[in-house]
Amino acid sequence: MTSRIGEAFSGAGRPLLVACLVAGDPSEEVSLELMREAESCGADIIELVMPHSDPVADGPVMQKAMQRALHAGTTPGTLFTLVREFRARSGTPVLVLTYANIVVQRGIESFYRDAAAAGADGIAVADAPLEEADPFCRAARESGIDQILFVSQTTSRERLEKIAAKASGFLYLVAVLGVTGDREKIDPRVIGILQAVKAVSTLPVVPGFGIGTAGQVREMVRAGADGVIAGSAIVREVERALNDPRGTREAVGAKVRELASALR
Amino acid sequence: MTDPSRFGVYGGQFVPETLMAALEELEHAFRTIVPKEEFQEEMRYYLHEYAGRKTPLTFCRNVSRDFGCRVYLKREDLLHSGAHKLNNALGQALLARFMGKRRLIAETGAGQHGVATAIAGAVLGMQVVVYMGDEDIERQALNVVRMKMLGAQVTPVSSGSRTLKDAINEALRDWVANVETTHYLIGSVVGPHPFPTMVRDFQTVIGTETREQVLEKEGRLPDAIVACVGGGSNAIGIFTPFLDEKTRLYGAEAGGEGPGGRHGATLCRGRPGVLHGAYSYLIQDAFGQILESHSISAGLDYPGVGPEHSFLRDCGRVSYYQVTDREALDAFFYLSRSEGIIPALESAHAVSLAERVASGLAKDDILVINLSGRGDKDVAQVAALAGDTL
Ligand SMILES: Cc1ncc(COP(=O)(O)O)c(C=O)c1O
Repeated sequence: MTSRIGEAFSGAGRPLLVACLVAGDPSEEVSLELMREAESCGADIIELVMPHSDPVADGPVMQKAMQRALHAGTTPGTLFTLVREFRARSGTPVLVLTYANIVVQRGIESFYRDAAAAGADGIAVADAPLEEADPFCRAARESGIDQILFVSQTTSRERLEKIAAKASGFLYLVAVLGVTGDREKIDPRVIGILQAVKAVSTLPVVPGFGIGTAGQVREMVRAGADGVIAGSAIVREVERALNDPRGTREAVGAKVRELASALR
Repeated sequence: MTDPSRFGVYGGQFVPETLMAALEELEHAFRTIVPKEEFQEEMRYYLHEYAGRKTPLTFCRNVSRDFGCRVYLKREDLLHSGAHKLNNALGQALLARFMGKRRLIAETGAGQHGVATAIAGAVLGMQVVVYMGDEDIERQALNVVRMKMLGAQVTPVSSGSRTLKDAINEALRDWVANVETTHYLIGSVVGPHPFPTMVRDFQTVIGTETREQVLEKEGRLPDAIVACVGGGSNAIGIFTPFLDEKTRLYGAEAGGEGPGGRHGATLCRGRPGVLHGAYSYLIQDAFGQILESHSISAGLDYPGVGPEHSFLRDCGRVSYYQVTDREALDAFFYLSRSEGIIPALESAHAVSLAERVASGLAKDDILVINLSGRGDKDVAQVAALAGDTL
């Protein structure tokens, strides 16, 4: 059975835009509007981040967004409500990204079951590498959703093969040596890594971290990416117009449109 | 086969994929380089000739009289730098040099680990960057100056609770970005495997010496050992050679403001979860968000604890108790005035718990307190707290 994420990649005939937003940033209500806005402006997959108090893989923009969301009272309950309400009107795949402790505290099986029931299609856990992935992968299989795993420039070929064997949906290629956040340039080494990953796996390979302009999107596509993930570049737009929900929506929409245009 | 990355169910490697190669490299280096005679010889030189080991095991006449048993202090306060942290800093810095790394990063709470890393970097010729929370920079100002004098760069951390937890977050983010050139010299038995095991091994010199010294002086092993527990490195260091013995082992956690108030008593009042690369007890809310800890002592102000302590707690081998800010402050003055030794506020927690433990001991029973550090760094803070009563 192919998942909604798998179908999106195989059916589109072009690389996909994964647009990342933080659940509950700046509030539950506006967050749902932003998901819908991103979709209508060309996002092919929505990546919804469940915030964590100590996001060690994230740079300043995502850190601040998570703080805003937590301040607004965001819990996994909020996350699942957002997914459910979005899903009620949309067939666009939704991927949940979070940190291990958030999943562990709810109970791994419960978290995955609740996510699947709400209509999520995949889960990525930023701090659960191959060594810790088994319980998460098992829960994903049992809930019928994809476990998205990460590969990076420092991943050896041997690890790459093991990761590819456990992952489903797509492979998340960490495109920088570092945390999330904008970068001026694409790291030239990513191009080589992209090819190496594609050589060992039939899954779509999707780079993320540091991709925030149409030019960078095109560069990744030329290098053979099956899609791109944009996080901080979109989330920064939320920060720009904090007290003006309509302004926020327009700013986020404009950014998503800019990135999506590079894929069409 | 037991999993070397775990202590029972605790420990593991919960880090972003980008760091896994560095952890594999470090684990390999730790297993192959540290046992080599070449490494051990260097280590002996730095510990003995340079840092001043072995540290005394002092029989304290006045405390023994007051507590009603035979009380010894293991004098890590007399180690170069003023705390046990240097044992680990020298070990890891040396290992990093053998691995060809030229840059060291560290987090620090009390500043003692930052100072220890700055010292190791200076003597071994390596660049040092120390991450330190804004709040700790304020309350441990003396150590900030020391680090700078030693040539280290101190980078303030203003995110989150602006204390040790956030300094570790920032150090991890730096490591992810500079993993090829940099060694993250973590300061306690926390973090992803192999750190908890490696730091324990470098700190076990405390317990090994204590065992020899107490056998020499008393002809038998101690009845009880007390140490304070922040991340848990000085405690594990002194406990390890006694784990298979009858000696009762006690850990003093930061009780902070006391019942109902803010605290740093992770094992006494927390719940298992994942933070900073390991599954261990944590101070957290129902949803897995980490809560701010509090302690009068920066070195115990941490909402996590080393995974081996979680294991030792669950299996009952070590008993952990809380010591409040107030009790620690009282013990700080007590040891200063009864023995002429000003303890670190962290170590004062151990002194306070030792008094409680001693009440259940007989006159000839032997009690060892790990005096993990000296209190010079704390005098300004304590003077401000004590005010006119000083
Ligand atoms: C003197 C002293 N003792 C104890 C600690 C707590 O650390 P650990 O529990 O790892 O020994 C610190 C930490 O900064 C310290 O400076």
